[in-house]
Amino acid sequence: MSRLHITKTPKCYVGGAFIRSESARVAELHDSSGAFFANIPQCTRKDLRNAVEAAAKAGPGWAKRTAFNRGQILYRLAEMMEARGVELAEAIALGGSSKADASREVAASIERVVHYAGWTDKYEQILGSVNPVASAHFNFTVTEPMGIIGIIAPDDAPLLALLSLILPAITSGNSVVAVASTTQPYPSILLGEMLATSDLPGGVVNLLTGQRSEMLPTIATHEHLRALSGAVNAAERQELRLGAAESVKRVRLLKAEEPIDWFAYKMQGVEEIRALIEFKTTWHPIGA
Amino acid sequence: MAKKLTQPTRELVFGDLWEFDPAPESADPKLKKRYDLFINGSFVAPHSGKYFSTINPANETKIADIALADTQDVDSACAAAQRAFVSTWGRMPGKERGKYLYRIARLLQDRAREFAVAETMDGGKPIKESRDFDVPMAAAHFFYHAGWADKLEFLAPGRQIAPHGVVGQVIPWNFPLLMLAWKIAPAIAAGNCVVLKPAETTSITALKFGEICQEAGLPNGVVNIVSGAGETGAAVINHPLTTKVAFTGSTDVGKIIMRSLAGTEKKMTLELGGKAANIVFDDASLDQAVEGIVNGIFFNQGHVCCAGSRLLVQESVAEQVLAKLKRRIAVLRVGDPMDKNTDLGAINSREQLTKITELVKTGVAEGAEMHQSACRLPTKGFYFKPTLFSGVSMSHRIAREEIFGPVLSILTFRTLEEAVEKANNTAFGLSAGVWTDKGSRILKMSTLLKAGVVWANTYNKFDPASPFGGYKESGFGREGGKQGLLDYLKLI
Repeated sequence: MSRLHITKTPKCYVGGAFIRSESARVAELHDSSGAFFANIPQCTRKDLRNAVEAAAKAGPGWAKRTAFNRGQILYRLAEMMEARGVELAEAIALGGSSKADASREVAASIERVVHYAGWTDKYEQILGSVNPVASAHFNFTVTEPMGIIGIIAPDDAPLLALLSLILPAITSGNSVVAVASTTQPYPSILLGEMLATSDLPGGVVNLLTGQRSEMLPTIATHEHLRALSGAVNAAERQELRLGAAESVKRVRLLKAEEPIDWFAYKMQGVEEIRALIEFKTTWHPIGA
Repeated sequence: MAKKLTQPTRELVFGDLWEFDPAPESADPKLKKRYDLFINGSFVAPHSGKYFSTINPANETKIADIALADTQDVDSACAAAQRAFVSTWGRMPGKERGKYLYRIARLLQDRAREFAVAETMDGGKPIKESRDFDVPMAAAHFFYHAGWADKLEFLAPGRQIAPHGVVGQVIPWNFPLLMLAWKIAPAIAAGNCVVLKPAETTSITALKFGEICQEAGLPNGVVNIVSGAGETGAAVINHPLTTKVAFTGSTDVGKIIMRSLAGTEKKMTLELGGKAANIVFDDASLDQAVEGIVNGIFFNQGHVCCAGSRLLVQESVAEQVLAKLKRRIAVLRVGDPMDKNTDLGAINSREQLTKITELVKTGVAEGAEMHQSACRLPTKGFYFKPTLFSGVSMSHRIAREEIFGPVLSILTFRTLEEAVEKANNTAFGLSAGVWTDKGSRILKMSTLLKAGVVWANTYNKFDPASPFGGYKESGFGREGGKQGLLDYLKLI
């Protein structure tokens, strides 16, 4: 006798907890054959503000972790994803990808996590410097995380693109509030579950599902977001940049209307980390 | 707790017993009566035929007529830069480009005194600063970046890089030649061609720099200088050919630029305003700190984006520091910028003088206590007395807004945490100063302060190898060092 399958209620990972939208709204998600799959929370600007608050609480603690510790935690995330790789691939295939393509995206995503796990205690030596100034000062430049980064994932590559945007931010100690793919949100729901078991402190990564267009104005103008990173269309880029001007936010946006090869080697690495850090230069006197 | 002094420290009081003899710098600035635009390697009259006057803020006399560039002039400058990028500069091997920068550095050094005098006449800064700081530092920036031109691949390991093409640059009036060097040297070392707009009140040294480009044999169009006011700057920033934009100036204008470029994919570097905290702990060498505080706020009449305009003094030494500061500002020499003994020269413009005067009035109205030097100011020209405000609180306008003048707001703190909280409680984040005898405290403060540059037991130090730039609303991107240079390249 077959037993009745237990369906899962998708919830968003915010502040280390699994939440439904404060709006209590959901949108039906269908699989590639058109059958009902689940109800996805439709987060609002209020959810976004709550997520920023959660990120603000978690951020300083995460930034203070040692680089070695951050690396171990990111590696732990890769372990969690590897164990549930099949489930992740199925989540990606919901959006219509072939099984092979979905598995390829999962594999690339896990590789990407491992790649950044290795960067945590190395990027500083590439990006920072000791500067030979013409006076009796020990002059050095170190990097610091910017704070809370607003991330806007494109609709395509719902796992790989989302992670490719989140990872360089948290590698250096930033915390993030990320808006997942509007059309393929389910991989982000699973990613939340894996983040929750990865030793990453709650609130460092906050994942929201729903209509990107509803949350965009708040992402653009929220003053506690110090930078915006994402892949969006031309109108969205303009909207985000206009909002960013209000508090001189750093903005780094890729063109979603053009094909982006998220698998490419150049989509990862130290330059991605550089885009979301600040440089601080200290002049320390030499001598008595 | 420092022992309370029962009687004031003995000091030598010169009073008016001995006057300094005038010591005017007499080198010839070799000025022209009229300055044309520097486009495509030649000095050309503006398309509209319009010129505006530039005056000496020290005595309000007219120095020269400066060409006013309109959109057509900016268009020809951008077109010239694009041609130069495509035909020569963009394809030239880095080692050849570098040699032009070395030539420029050397020619600036050769004509250093002439440039220093011109800078002081046009901008009002003391000759000792333009002679010993602005001009040599400008030459140093070209010398430093010259050596990078054939080593760019070391800036972004593992990645391919390329110059942007035409870079549009708009600079302020506080360090006219030095800001030009900060902008042009890295841009052309990286293989870009530039269209630069100097500030309206200080165009002369930028246009004289055109002569240096000619003498260096720099290919036509690599550097173009278009003088004018805000509209000219906007035309440079918004021109379709400028794919990268670098601006130094106020935060308000920085935001306008961000909005105006929101619909484009242009890259930006913005170096904006500041309201730096200069933090003095009770274990600091107080005499040394007082010199640093004075240098921090009165250098260049306080027309410095990273000026240490908020002094945070630990409560136990606050009285002592204030007393020392009052004595120190009493002997600062304010007046003719061309005099080699002058400490504070002229305020750059009447407009800026009005702004300073108004903000100082609000300081008094909001209840802070004002202390000014008793010095006599020249009757003609724009001058402002070195000014201290004690009893300032965080909510006062003089503690929050950038005054950009010789005005210091003094606040106190008890604990390190309070100092950090007050220092960071601002929309700006350009720079900060820390005065303490303890090395570990310097590093702790440097870690906690949200600022792009932290000076420990010193202030207002700059170097081409040292990245400069801000956090938060003080802008983004860096200038100087390998970090600053990479902002002039794109990753491909």
